[in-house]
Amino acid sequence: MYNITNILEPITLNEALRMYSDNPKLKIIAGGSDVLIQLNHGKFDDVELLSLRKIKNLNNISLLEDGTISIGAMSSFSNTFRNEIINKYLPVLTEAAVSMGGPQIRNMATIGGNICNGAVSADSAPTLFSYNAFLKLVSIDNIRMVPINDFYDGPGRVKLQPGEILTEILITKENYHKMTGNYIKFSNREAMDIAMLSVAVICNVENGVFNDLRISLGVSAPTPIRCYDAENYAKGKSFSKETIETIGQYAKKSAKARNSWRGSKAYREHLINILSQRAIKEAIKRAGGKC
Amino acid sequence: MKKISMIVNDKQYDIEVDLKESLLEVLRDKLYFTGVKQGCSVGECGACTVLIDGEAVNSCIYLAVWADGKKITTIEGVSKNGELSNVQQAYIDEGAIQCGFCTPGLVLTTTALVESGKDYSDEEIKREISGHLCRCTGYQKIFNAVKKSLNK
Ligand SMILES: Cc1cc2nc3c(=O)[nH]c(=O)nc-3n(C[C@H](O)[C@H](O)[C@H](O)COP(=O)(O)OP(=O)(O)OC[C@H]3O[C@@H](n4cnc5c(N)ncnc54)[C@H](O)[C@@H]3O)c2cc1C
Ligand code: FES
Ligand code: FES
Repeated sequence: MYNITNILEPITLNEALRMYSDNPKLKIIAGGSDVLIQLNHGKFDDVELLSLRKIKNLNNISLLEDGTISIGAMSSFSNTFRNEIINKYLPVLTEAAVSMGGPQIRNMATIGGNICNGAVSADSAPTLFSYNAFLKLVSIDNIRMVPINDFYDGPGRVKLQPGEILTEILITKENYHKMTGNYIKFSNREAMDIAMLSVAVICNVENGVFNDLRISLGVSAPTPIRCYDAENYAKGKSFSKETIETIGQYAKKSAKARNSWRGSKAYREHLINILSQRAIKEAIKRAGGKC
Repeated sequence: MKKISMIVNDKQYDIEVDLKESLLEVLRDKLYFTGVKQGCSVGECGACTVLIDGEAVNSCIYLAVWADGKKITTIEGVSKNGELSNVQQAYIDEGAIQCGFCTPGLVLTTTALVESGKDYSDEEIKREISGHLCRCTGYQKIFNAVKKSLNK
């Protein structure tokens, strides 16, 4: 039994936006794999839910004319990792999506819910940070586009305004075209486990040189983060062993890792250093380069 | 309370459910499909797995009202005319069952894999059954049973 007073199940987005604007206290529920667990733990009670499950087309994944890829917020992790557009153009997101939870969770959990829940361990976050994804946030009288890098506010907190629903995640062509990358989720168990640390690298390399390198980390600070110092250092440098080691050091410095029962601060810092180097090497390998 | 209609194991049910109820609670306590097991109640163990429109889902973290208009399969709906399904037979042949608590969920997940018509590598098989905890078998025999089911 869940402590719910009511559940609204609109069938269009407009209807949902209207209900939400009339009553911003409603709690949005998508796949429910965070909300229902939180209800179970008594994080909130007597809530009135606004379910997005009956709204059609919020789970579409499409390639727009200008090459932008649009992922509907209600796309489940299974739908995302099996999608041909994602596999072809955003393979690092495929990697991240299939690392999440287990099969039954992936069938229910949505990518929009993963982002809006605000967890530092969210498996979609580092990859979407590295792809410079934009979020389309819609309310009854406004639409705004926010870079995901500006969306997280703190542990479990995101900058959704009252009445706002995330409808799409957008990745423009210049952010994935000619890029390779790698997502590494480090956890105690290989499946059904939350990341102790995660790294997503996206890069463009040519003739042994980093033209563009993006490194994002999960569970390394109060929100997922980008390692801008490491990225700026790398730009234009050839990928020697020393360069990559220095990038690892810079990545470690960007982080604000802390102790938790999953891993100590020192261990996390070690992982950031080692795993970001490992992800970079894998990305270079995938680009056909050697290092 | 809300009226929902759903098909469970090929039979139509028009029932009233409490908004607070999970599908697990409705299936077990109202419709007596007790083959749906309750383990952790928080999506971790897979004992409560059912197929919803052919997809494996943890019924403990699925609201009963969401089942409106859906087609649900529980372990009770897997055998046909008193005959075990190929998947069930494979679990028996491979000795993949001990106490049996995880078995209904695993058989349903395996059934969904078989019905997908796809090929699965050994690694993919392991990945696809990773949402089920088994305290008894050590998983190797379950893996063998899934492999056997897929090869039929
Ligand atoms: C057993 C188990 C294992 C898990 N393993 C992992 C894992 O390995 N990696 C991982 O990252 N997560 C994991 N999770 C957490 C969870 O499954 C994910 O965060 C999931 O993506 C949440 O999506 P949902 O659709 O279920 O969200 P919900 O629970 O429906 O919603 C999550 C939050 O987002 C809000 N929300 C949802 N959609 C929108 C929207 N469109 N607009 C505005 N707000 C919205 C809700 O109000 C709520 O606050 C696991 C959960 C369980 C139960
Ligand atoms: S009882 Fe549902 S997953 Fe454990
Ligand atoms: S056979 Fe006992 S839990 Fe799997």
